[in-house]
This record gives sequence, structure tokens and C-alpha cells, in this order.
Amino acid sequence: MIYLIQQGLNALQLGSIYALIALGYTMVYGVLSLINFAHGDFFMVGAFLCFIVVTFMGIPFVPALLISMAGVAALGVAVERVAYKPLRSAPRVSAVITALGVGIFLENFTLALSPYPKHIPTIIANTSWSAGAVTVSSLQVVVVFLSVVLMLVLHFIVQHTKVGMAMRAISWDRNVAPLMGVPVNYVISVTFALGSGLGGAAGMMYAMAYPVIDPYMGIIVGWKAFISAVVGGIGNIRGAMVGGYILGGVEVLTTAFLPSTYRDFVSFSLLLVLLIFRPYGIYGRPRTEKV
Amino acid sequence: MTLLRASGITHFFGGLCAVTDFNLSLDRDELLGIIGPNGAGKTTLFNIITGVCRATRGSILFRDAEIVGKSPDRIVRMGIVRTFQNIRLFNELTVLDNIRVAHYGRVRYTPAEALLHAGRYREEERRIRRHSDELLALFRMGHLSGERAKNLPYGLQKRLEIARALATEPELLLLDEPAAGMNPREVDELMDFIRWTQREFGLTIILIEHQMRLVMGICRRIIALDFGATIADGTPQEIQTDPAVLEAYLGEKAVR
Amino acid sequence: MGRAFLKKDLTGKERSQGRWVLPVFLVSGSVLSFAIPHFDLLDQYIQLILVYLGINIILALSLNLVNGYMGEFSVGHAGFMSAGAYIASFLTVKVFPAGALAWAFPAAVVAGGLGAGLLGLVVAIPSFRTRGDYLAIVTLAFVMIVKSALENIDSVGGARGFLGMDKLTTLPWTFFWTVATVWIIRNLIYSRYGRGVLSIREDEIASGLMGVNTRHVKLIAFVVSSFFAGVAGALFAHVLQFINPRMFDIIKSTDVLVMVYLGGIGSIAGSILGATAYTFLLEALRPLEIWRMVLMPLMLVLLMLFRPRGIMGLRELPWLEPAADRLSSPNGLNGLRNSRGANGFGGKRKDE
Repeated sequence: MIYLIQQGLNALQLGSIYALIALGYTMVYGVLSLINFAHGDFFMVGAFLCFIVVTFMGIPFVPALLISMAGVAALGVAVERVAYKPLRSAPRVSAVITALGVGIFLENFTLALSPYPKHIPTIIANTSWSAGAVTVSSLQVVVVFLSVVLMLVLHFIVQHTKVGMAMRAISWDRNVAPLMGVPVNYVISVTFALGSGLGGAAGMMYAMAYPVIDPYMGIIVGWKAFISAVVGGIGNIRGAMVGGYILGGVEVLTTAFLPSTYRDFVSFSLLLVLLIFRPYGIYGRPRTEKV
Repeated sequence: MTLLRASGITHFFGGLCAVTDFNLSLDRDELLGIIGPNGAGKTTLFNIITGVCRATRGSILFRDAEIVGKSPDRIVRMGIVRTFQNIRLFNELTVLDNIRVAHYGRVRYTPAEALLHAGRYREEERRIRRHSDELLALFRMGHLSGERAKNLPYGLQKRLEIARALATEPELLLLDEPAAGMNPREVDELMDFIRWTQREFGLTIILIEHQMRLVMGICRRIIALDFGATIADGTPQEIQTDPAVLEAYLGEKAVR
Repeated sequence: MGRAFLKKDLTGKERSQGRWVLPVFLVSGSVLSFAIPHFDLLDQYIQLILVYLGINIILALSLNLVNGYMGEFSVGHAGFMSAGAYIASFLTVKVFPAGALAWAFPAAVVAGGLGAGLLGLVVAIPSFRTRGDYLAIVTLAFVMIVKSALENIDSVGGARGFLGMDKLTTLPWTFFWTVATVWIIRNLIYSRYGRGVLSIREDEIASGLMGVNTRHVKLIAFVVSSFFAGVAGALFAHVLQFINPRMFDIIKSTDVLVMVYLGGIGSIAGSILGATAYTFLLEALRPLEIWRMVLMPLMLVLLMLFRPRGIMGLRELPWLEPAADRLSSPNGLNGLRNSRGANGFGGKRKDE
């Protein structure tokens, strides 16, 4: 029982990070119907930015977080402007391939600059509290608390601000929204900024929790976050959050009962089973084509 | 002789009733028109007959065989084919290949013969090619066979769509708004074309149309739908004077 | 009208020339594939690159069948490839007697292909219901599952990998399998199933409504595609003589995607061209070291921005088309009688 509670806390931490990254996938998909395969690499860039500002500049936690988020947000907006925007009316596959290309570019570019894995120094004092046999570390508290705050902020922006309303309008009907005076380019940029910024925050938190980073770290974490988004129903913000925590839970439970090499096997099999029975995810709505 | 018999066809779209208790007995060689305002369930009816969606209730017998629940390609092989309200050609394929695709259900060679270009492959492909060329020549499109479908002008695309449907060697042809986007002169030509096609290929035809001139001009029997329900079934004269039709569909304007 | 006739004359000439290209290429290619290693006509290193070129052509063409011709978006090629690699390696190392390897190798390659084809059958089933993005996800999960499963199977070395294969993938074998792949996929494309594949890309619903058994067609396309990915994997394993599950992750799939979209979707010539350009470019840029890995994806992005259908997109070299399929076929089929006089657009089969 105590073991389970302890594992539950770990799941919460991992799930928070997945959920934050999944939000980036799902927001971009909602607005552009594009799977931004480079998003996992945005996350990686966030981790590296964190490494740079903390190691070389000695900047403390909160400003470092803000710098990481802002840096990755800027990267996201720039990538959208340069690589995705010209392809908005092209066949969707072209944009997906471009996203894959951007992702590989970011990985290899980072690798060229930094060929060896980097070690992140301790950023926040590592204390832990014990209640009985259950131990909670300050890191876990920070990761979970911060993720929840960021998600609440995002929820507020999407539901209660003008730009949030515009996002929802575009995701409802991309062709009609501009006719209603929604500034599409601006809204898409904001979407990329928000989604990438969350990815940057996740990158930093991941780097704090698992302090060895390398340029390819974004691939597997990114794919898993993407699965979270799909499990929740891609394009659906609530779905991304729920999906992140579900996947975090599944992974932690798998490693608790099976050798850790089975972790990916179980989570991807779960995805396949889910897609067979609920092809559009938990909150997704099926789309039917009119004849 | 009855070719198609629909009884009690009812279809719901998430609580909304798109077609209610539709009954039809269609004889061979008939040319039936279905009219009705937008959203009356006309296209849904075509979707049900061709297997795109499955009727919630009811049965359709085609030559005494049940077709509800069969997949679209099986239904095509049984002899029912359709065209589309907004043209759905295979845009990047050539005119010839558009026609050849439609031969799929009439070809007899196995995947292994296809992979090795052996056995019946050559003979069958030659037959498809001959049949396609003849069809295109008949539709006066032989000179266009190498052109991509997307490059054809609108009128020719419509003609190609009908030619493609006929390549499946159907008995029953369903035309979904064939006159959409045509001017009166083109509609006249289309009327001749449909009559000629019916004679030439020995077809039974059901057509959905908004242009009254076309429906009244060539159909000997018309069914009027409104909100999924059949409100009238009869000759053009009967339909034109039917009070329910006048009220539901033609409205005030029709009362001369 | 005059221009149309001119065009017809030109293409007619092209075609009669084209008839020689294929046989000449096949004969000289097979002679060379034996002669080069036997007389050491080329540097060992270049011979090795030629083998990789063949493997890459097989990979690109087989993926093009599903992604380019059928218009699906599969990223599962690495998974099929690894299945072929592992099955064939297991057979040559642990099952077949060492003395008979020269003869048993083709059987191992075919077995690898069949194993991969079987997996292709499984992956095809979700494609009946979902399309586009969701198929990408299913195939992605498939790659991850295969990799993760292999890491947990100790009899093939688990995560450490598997070795002990002889270098059985020779230049003649590579040439043979490359030609076989091109031939069989070409045959498939120019058959009713191939036209079914194309019609699914253009409009899946209309395809079914014109009598195409879309499920059947998808099964065939996936199985053939994954069979050849498995063949490529088997050849790959027997030239590298060492495999591990990490070699067949999503990055490997991405490599093949790059070749396909570089060369052009829906084109055999495009896949050959794409694989060739990719293989040689990668070697030519080797002096750049790590920066070539930065340059390659950048080129892909630029290509997508400025020529989204790739170099050959949807066009074909005439001599790759079967004679009977050409529009102004010189041997005069019966059916051509009617349309021949009116056939003004002559050989414009795949031209824009």
C-alpha cells in the first residue's frame, strides 16, 4: 500500500511532464490539424536552455524557468513562421514531413554543438519530507505544483480571454474564422508560443528530475507525450492533461511490477488497444466525411 | 418486373430522422426522379442504397437479394452505381485510369497474377483497355484519355463521372443532381444525354434533381420527399398539382 | 493541333528508344554486379555503398507504395525492416547448417520478407477504419513495440544485439533483389490492384463506390510493402553482420521517408532517384562529419517548402511502364483502333 502511494507520487510527477508536453501537441493540432513532430525537440531545447542559463550564468530557478519558456516559445513561433506557414494550403503530408525534418534538424544541430550528454546541477534545494514510510521530495512538489499552475493559466487563457476565444473559433472551423475577423496568423503564433512555452517548462522540469540530458532525449519523451495527447483525444486540451496522467500512471505501474525494459512495450500496446476500441481518444469526437 | 424494392427504410442521424419509412418498388427500365427541398433526405437515401451508410431499419431488395448491410463495392458488383452531387473524380489520375479503376469488380485475375503480370493478367487487361477505349469513344472523350481528370472543364468532368459509373456495368444508375451548375442550354443537352444513355446501356435510373425542368422533362415517375418522409409519388402531372408538394416544396411561387 | 502532333511524334520516338533501355540495363547490370567484385573493378568502399544503395532503393520503393501511391502516412518501415533482419539472421546463424549458407541465404531473405509481410497484415487492419494521422500513430506505436519486444527477447541478444552473420549480401544478390522489387511493385501498380491503390489516395469513398474492394487493396499494398521492407532488412543484416534493436527505431523510418519524399511520391523512378541521391549525398557530405546530419533535414525542409511533391512527384519514366499500358502503344492493341486517330494528347500519361 505504502509502496503504491509512493509510486503514485512518482506517477504524478511523470504525468505532469507528459501532460505539459501533450498540451503543445494538442493545441497545435486543434488549430492547424498538424501533428507537430518537432514538438518533442522543442522540449529538448528547453532542457538545454535550462542547462545553459543555470550552468554558465548561475541564474536561479524562477528566472531560469522564465528564460527557458520564453526561449522555446520564440523558437516555436519562428519555426511556425518559417517552415509551417508556407505549407498551410499544401497537402497535409508535406507539413508533417517538414515537422519531422525540423525535429531532426534541431536534434542534430544540438548534437553538433554539444556532442556529449550534459549534467544539470541541482537547482532547488533537495529536501524531502516523510509521512510514515512515504517520502515526498521538494522536487516532486515543485514539478506537480508548477504544472498544475501552468495548466490553470492555460485554461484561463483559452476559456476567458479574447485570443483564447479566437483559438477555439479557429479549431472549430478554420475556414470560417478568418471571415469573422479572427486574425488567424496572430492566433496561430500565440498558439505556438503557448504550446512551445509549456514544452520548454516541461523540458526544464524533466532536466531537474532526470538530470542527464542529451539531444535525442526529446524523441522518446515527445512520442510518449504525443501518445498522451492521442489517448485523451488529440485537439482536446482536457484530454491532453488526462492522457498525460494516465500514461504516467501506466508507466510507473509497469516498472513497479515488471522489468523496466517492458515499459515502452506496455505503454505503446496500451495505445494500440485504445485506438482499436476508441479511435478518437477519450474526449475526441469522431469526424465523418460527407458524401 | 421489379428491380429494386425498398421497404420501411428509416435512418437516424444522432436522434434526427433523416429518412422515415421509405418504400419504393422500382421496375426495370424506369426513370425515376426524386425531388425535395435541401435536407429532405435525398442524398441520404442514395447513401443507404449504395452502402455508404447503413439504414437503421428496413430492407432493400435488388433483384431479390438483400443489400442493406453489404459493403459499397459488393453493391457495385451486384449492379448499382452512382454519381456524386459534387464531382468526385480521381483528380490526379488520367481520364483512362478513372475509367479503368471502375472495372475493378469486373476483372478476373488474382493478386499473384497481378504481381507477376502472368496468367489471365494480359488478356484481362487488354479487355479492360478495349472496353475503356470504347466507352470513352462513345462519350466522345477518346482524345482526352491521357489528360488528368482535374484538368478537364466542368462539363466534361460530369460526363466522365457518368462514363466511369457505366464502366462498372451497372443495371441501376443513381444520378445525384446531374444538372447542378448548368445553364438551361446545357440542361437540354443533359436531358438528351440521359435518355440516350438509358437506351444505349439498357439502364434503370433514379435521379435526384432540383431543376424542375429536367425532372419534369424526362422522368415518367417522381417521388417527392420532405423532412425524410415521402409526400407524393406519381407522374409529373400528378406531382405538379399535388397540394402537399406545392406547400412543402414548390411553395407560393408554383401556384400560377 | 499541330503542337499536339509534334508532341506525339516526340514521345513516340522516346518510346521506341525506351524499349532498349530496360533489357540493356538488366543485362549489363547483372554482368557488372558479378564482374565488379570478381575483378575488383571498384574500391571496396564504393562496392559497399552500392550494396547500401540497393537496400535503400528497396526501402524507398516499398514505402512509396503505401505512402506515395496509396496516400497513407506510415512510419512503420523500420519495424518491418527489423523483423526481416532478425528472422533472416536467426535462420542463417542458428538454424541453417553453416555449409549450406550460400544456398540457404535466399530462403532466409524470403523468410524475413514473409515474417515482415505477416506483420504488415496486422498493421493493415487498423487502416481499414482510420486514415491519415491515426495510421501514422498506429505505425509509430508498431515500431516502438517491435523494438521494445526485441530488446526483451534474449535468444536474439536482447538490447545488446545479435551478431555472427556471414557477409552473405553480395553485389549480385543486391542487384537481383533490387530488380525484383522494382519489377514486382511496378507490376502491382499497373494492375487493377494498383489502380485501386491510386484511387484510394485520390478519394477513398468514391473508390469503394466504384467497386474497388478497398480492404483487399489495402491488405495487398501493406503486405507487399512490408515484405520488401523485410527483404531489405535481411540484406542489411547480412552486410553489416551485426544488428541491434536501436538501429530500427523511428529515425530509420524517417530516413526512408526522406528518400521517398525527396525522389517524389507515386513514382518508381522517383524512389530510385531519391534513394540514390540520399545515399550518395550522405557519403559525399561525410567530410562535414556531424554537420551533414544537420544539413540533410534542412534540405528536406527546403524541398518540402519549394517542391512538396519531390523531384519526380506523380510522374514516371516511360520505360518503366508496361508496354501495354502506354497510351500510344506501338504494337497496336485492338482497342486502340477507335481512339488512335483522336488521341491528340499522345503520350501525356503522367505528365503535368
